[in-house]
Amino acid sequence: MADTMQFDLVSPERKLASVLASEVQLPGSEGDMTAMPDHAPTITTLRPGLLRVVSAEGTQEYLVTGGFAEITATSTSVLAEQALPRDEVTQDLIDGLMAQATSARDGATADTMDAAVKLVADMAAVSDDLGLSVKQ
Amino acid sequence: MPNLKDLKNRIDSVTSTRKITKAMQMVAAAKLRRAQESAEAGRPYAERFNAVMAGLSAAASGSESAPKLLSGTGNDQTHLLVIMTSERGLCGGFNSSIVRMARARAGALLADGKTVKILTVGKKGRDQIKRNYGDHMIAHVDMSEVKRVGYTNAQDIAKDVISRFDGGEFDVATIFYSQFESVISQIPTELQIIPAKFEAGESDAAATIYDYEPDEEEILADLLPRGVATQIFSALLENGASEQGARMSAMDNATRNAGDMIDKLTIEYNRSRQAVITNELIEIISGAEAL
Repeated sequence: MADTMQFDLVSPERKLASVLASEVQLPGSEGDMTAMPDHAPTITTLRPGLLRVVSAEGTQEYLVTGGFAEITATSTSVLAEQALPRDEVTQDLIDGLMAQATSARDGATADTMDAAVKLVADMAAVSDDLGLSVKQ
Repeated sequence: MPNLKDLKNRIDSVTSTRKITKAMQMVAAAKLRRAQESAEAGRPYAERFNAVMAGLSAAASGSESAPKLLSGTGNDQTHLLVIMTSERGLCGGFNSSIVRMARARAGALLADGKTVKILTVGKKGRDQIKRNYGDHMIAHVDMSEVKRVGYTNAQDIAKDVISRFDGGEFDVATIFYSQFESVISQIPTELQIIPAKFEAGESDAAATIYDYEPDEEEILADLLPRGVATQIFSALLENGASEQGARMSAMDNATRNAGDMIDKLTIEYNRSRQAVITNELIEIISGAEAL
């Protein structure tokens, strides 16, 4: 069994990472999951959360706000809607994202309400993980 | 023959025009580099996205419950043309070539008895389209405040387009933009975004059987609007690079023309000056001979 796989993290605006990783922890929309080499091919959507990549250079963390991941036996590609390395995440940014999520919730119709409420909750949870305060 | 003072003024004015066009060319070159970088940075995402979507849509398009964004509404009576142009002029034939292509398409559709609706992005295209198809225009997206095109801009446009689609305003959407080839060549391109068409990538991508989480249809419903945004985003980026490329070569030409003109005017100026001197000499000599 190969002990590493190709990991790519891309957002529409740039390519954030392309490394050989031994383990990737993803915030899947149905629950967190960890992808390791020889994982069954899977495509999953993501919720806002922290993505953790374990590679030979250590562990890196990224904030993603949604998107999807394509996992195959030899590679994992994350196509994030918006992604940032953890140390580039600032309080202002979280506030902005939070404000977006909240306004989406307030403008949501009955159909989209569940999703919007979940988005706000997910955002709050991420901010908590990052040790940043949350303004509701 | 224009007098010396006039010629001098004209040379001065062409010289300052040349300075301006030279400066614009250099600014465009700097901006082009940036625009090209962001266009290249966006490419991996778009490529991956299309590959995944090609696999997904191939699997889903057969089923009857396929989302409308993929399968279409079933007819093609009303067409939406999204025409992307620049906010500023002085970029050669950049805007005109996009508009010409869109206009030809609109004409063909109207001749077929279809309904055409037009959404413009960028001021220059709107101004040109207004002349012929003013009453077909339904909306305009103003990008003049946007310093640097971001994914959110594309998302806003996509949201607008999709909500109109959901509202039954049109059946087919096509975007018009310019594909950046090189500084001297930008190719006006049309691309159908709704119903979505994804070019089938390499066959091995389609051969892999994926687990989907949540299920396939939910993912597709989630990704299709994003696909529209992604296509609009890459079109915006290509357009940005093309605009700067077109401006750069247009300004390069303008600078060269101004240089030629200055040379010509300078020769004319010198000739006139010489003629004046000769005249004066003749007057003096003939005056002296008459004595």
